[in-house]
Amino acid sequence: MRFNRTTALVMAGTMSLGLLAACSSNKDDAASPSGTTTPGGDTSSAPSNEPVTITVAGLLPGAEKAAVDALNDRITQFQEKYPNITVKSKEYQWLPTTFAADLAGGTLPTVFEVPATDTKTLIANKQLADMDAQLKQEPYANDFNEQVIAGGKGEDGHVYAVPAKSFYSVALHYNRELFTKAGLDPDKPPTTWQEVRDDAKVIKEKTGKAGYGMMAKDNAGGWQLVAAAYSRGGRVQTEANGTYTATLTDPAVKASLQFLSDLKKDGSLYPDSGLGWAEINAAFAAGKFAMYTSGSDIYTALVQNQGVTKDNLDYGLTAIPTENGGGALTGGTYAGVRPDASDAEKDAAMKWIDFWYLAKLSDQDQAVADAKILADQKPPQAVGTPVLPIFSKEKYQESLTWIKDYINVPLDHMTGYTDVMFTQPLIPEAARATQDTYGLLFPIVQSAITKDNPDFDSLLAKANTASQKLIEKSK
Amino acid sequence: MTTDDAVLRKPPRRADAVQQRTRTRNPLTWARGGGLSAVVFALPLLVIFGVFSWAPIVRAVVMSFQETNLIVSSWVGWDNFQQVFADPMLPVAIRNTAYFALLALIFGYPVPLVAAVLMSEVRRAKGIFSALAYLPVVVPPVVAVLLWKTFYDPSDTGVFNTVLGWFGIGPFAWLNSSTLAMPSLVLEATWAAAGGTVIIYLAALTSVPSELYDAAEVDGASVWRKVWHVTLPQLRGILLITLILQIIGTAQVFLEPYLFTGGGPDNATLTILLLIYNYAFQSLGGNYGMATALSLMLAVFLAVMSLVYFRLTRSWSAS
Repeated sequence: MRFNRTTALVMAGTMSLGLLAACSSNKDDAASPSGTTTPGGDTSSAPSNEPVTITVAGLLPGAEKAAVDALNDRITQFQEKYPNITVKSKEYQWLPTTFAADLAGGTLPTVFEVPATDTKTLIANKQLADMDAQLKQEPYANDFNEQVIAGGKGEDGHVYAVPAKSFYSVALHYNRELFTKAGLDPDKPPTTWQEVRDDAKVIKEKTGKAGYGMMAKDNAGGWQLVAAAYSRGGRVQTEANGTYTATLTDPAVKASLQFLSDLKKDGSLYPDSGLGWAEINAAFAAGKFAMYTSGSDIYTALVQNQGVTKDNLDYGLTAIPTENGGGALTGGTYAGVRPDASDAEKDAAMKWIDFWYLAKLSDQDQAVADAKILADQKPPQAVGTPVLPIFSKEKYQESLTWIKDYINVPLDHMTGYTDVMFTQPLIPEAARATQDTYGLLFPIVQSAITKDNPDFDSLLAKANTASQKLIEKSK
Repeated sequence: MTTDDAVLRKPPRRADAVQQRTRTRNPLTWARGGGLSAVVFALPLLVIFGVFSWAPIVRAVVMSFQETNLIVSSWVGWDNFQQVFADPMLPVAIRNTAYFALLALIFGYPVPLVAAVLMSEVRRAKGIFSALAYLPVVVPPVVAVLLWKTFYDPSDTGVFNTVLGWFGIGPFAWLNSSTLAMPSLVLEATWAAAGGTVIIYLAALTSVPSELYDAAEVDGASVWRKVWHVTLPQLRGILLITLILQIIGTAQVFLEPYLFTGGGPDNATLTILLLIYNYAFQSLGGNYGMATALSLMLAVFLAVMSLVYFRLTRSWSAS
């Protein structure tokens, strides 16, 4: 009896200790041996061959198996090239909602992706590691497109976010099959917003499918409203002598909302106000509407996450219509590294960024290896989706010649975009409180989709006041 | 004999004896007497509650007075509370939450009671009815919401719009209409939650003495009068508890507006908890100070409301 009581006590005590241990941080594990102190006493930034483990942003949650296989094949090749580095991939989607908690909780990968919208804010918040020294080791360190690399630099001139992939301008995506069914010529997509409205109306009348869909859920709705306003020559923020002013009352913003209201009146607007970036891709891939705007590189995601092939979706891409001196909103994806990464982890992270994102743009062998793996998957993953150059236009076009045998995206259905992608005016996103401004705008987009006669002037005036406050707070 | 001697010779009173015994106990005797065992056995529970329940509450209170991005923090006094009160979205969220609670009360509260009373009257296959009623509770909430989202498809080919179309009704915009979005959420929430309450009522109904029904029947009472004069009075204790639980639950509604509409369209389904979520997570870096400040205010409000509720209904539930 005495023995049982003692045993029980020991068990209870052990359980308590175990619980406490389980709740404590496992930061030491994450730091891995890379952060170890050398016999000399300094923490080396190590071209050493000490084993180091990094986690890297992998594919979007829900990616097709073929895309996952392609990533795993590339990881195997990387580990063969760098035997001391162990790479663990993690499903990843940039979400401003969970970033800070992921970083504080230690669940953010060592290498993660950040959209151009947010790099400056993260650098200011000291939430990205300084990668300047590591990037300078790469042969192409000085070859970046100046505008692109500027987006990843802090006020000290150091590079914190490395330009990585998917630099795009917002473009118009359309379903060629619905155009054909409606009696429209899919090789002559609309080039003005009035033509978009007219075609949408015809498509609704002839096919019963909505002509146009719009993101309206969360900040994505605000992002696309701003893209539409830019295309009409508007701006949502101006800068003079370092002072930023919100301009959400710009007539182009209202015109973009009025465009949606007009489509609603025509009955040609897809009536769902709950579509974010991922949802609208799914609805478009399912053939629920004929046109929508999003980044020009969206075809890759449609293949990777929606299983789109040439057989199940007759996809078309054209430039976003522009008027009144408007242009296309641009953006892109940077690779960032956790601010608490050790030097060895940062070195390994740079090698991965080079291998996974950049080498295929600068090195023929890597480009071919990457394209071959993607093209060999069953079903094949997208190779050759048009993107804006991270380096120079010439370098980009040269990289396409390296992989020409593997290009499998329907480039002949993308000429409306590719013909003008280097000549259309490109406009970067607003510099201050960008996500917050998008957050103020998406409920107004929802009003345009769901209400008959919303008072846009009043709604935009209120949002403008709030945006100005957020801009001042973000200084 | 001096007075002091008399005091010393007086037999010790009971309280003094207890005090004496306490004084003679030391840590060793306390441990031998089972005190240590009690503490060690309670320790796992205390650790679990401490780490997962109390520590986050204390942390939230601290954060409500801070500006923090979870890495760097600074004290800001009552600023977060002032900013919450100055936010034009707060009245919208309170109004929407109250509207949800009201609709849930009108439509959601009586449904399980009526279902339970009817099911208790069924003589055969009662288990099947119970299982059917409880089935929605077994469906994972996220799956249920995604399922209903397809039912609420606003196009002519949506499930509900197709069915209503057979009778020449609709189509309706459902979640895409500022007026219909909230009732749509309540409809799904009622469907999803009613089963659990039905089971509670069914269990409570078994405790109602059958003699009362027999007596009512002898008196010639109809079914309705039996329900009104026997069932409801006998269930009033449980009814009061489920009512306050429902009010607290609806004041904290999050899942449905978050998954169905994200608070839209045009903030028509923005509830207090969704506003808290937006404070914390919508903007880059997160405004955790405002989020925890509003959370605290909601917690205090619900605690005070529960106290008042139990005070007001004490006599009724006791009688």
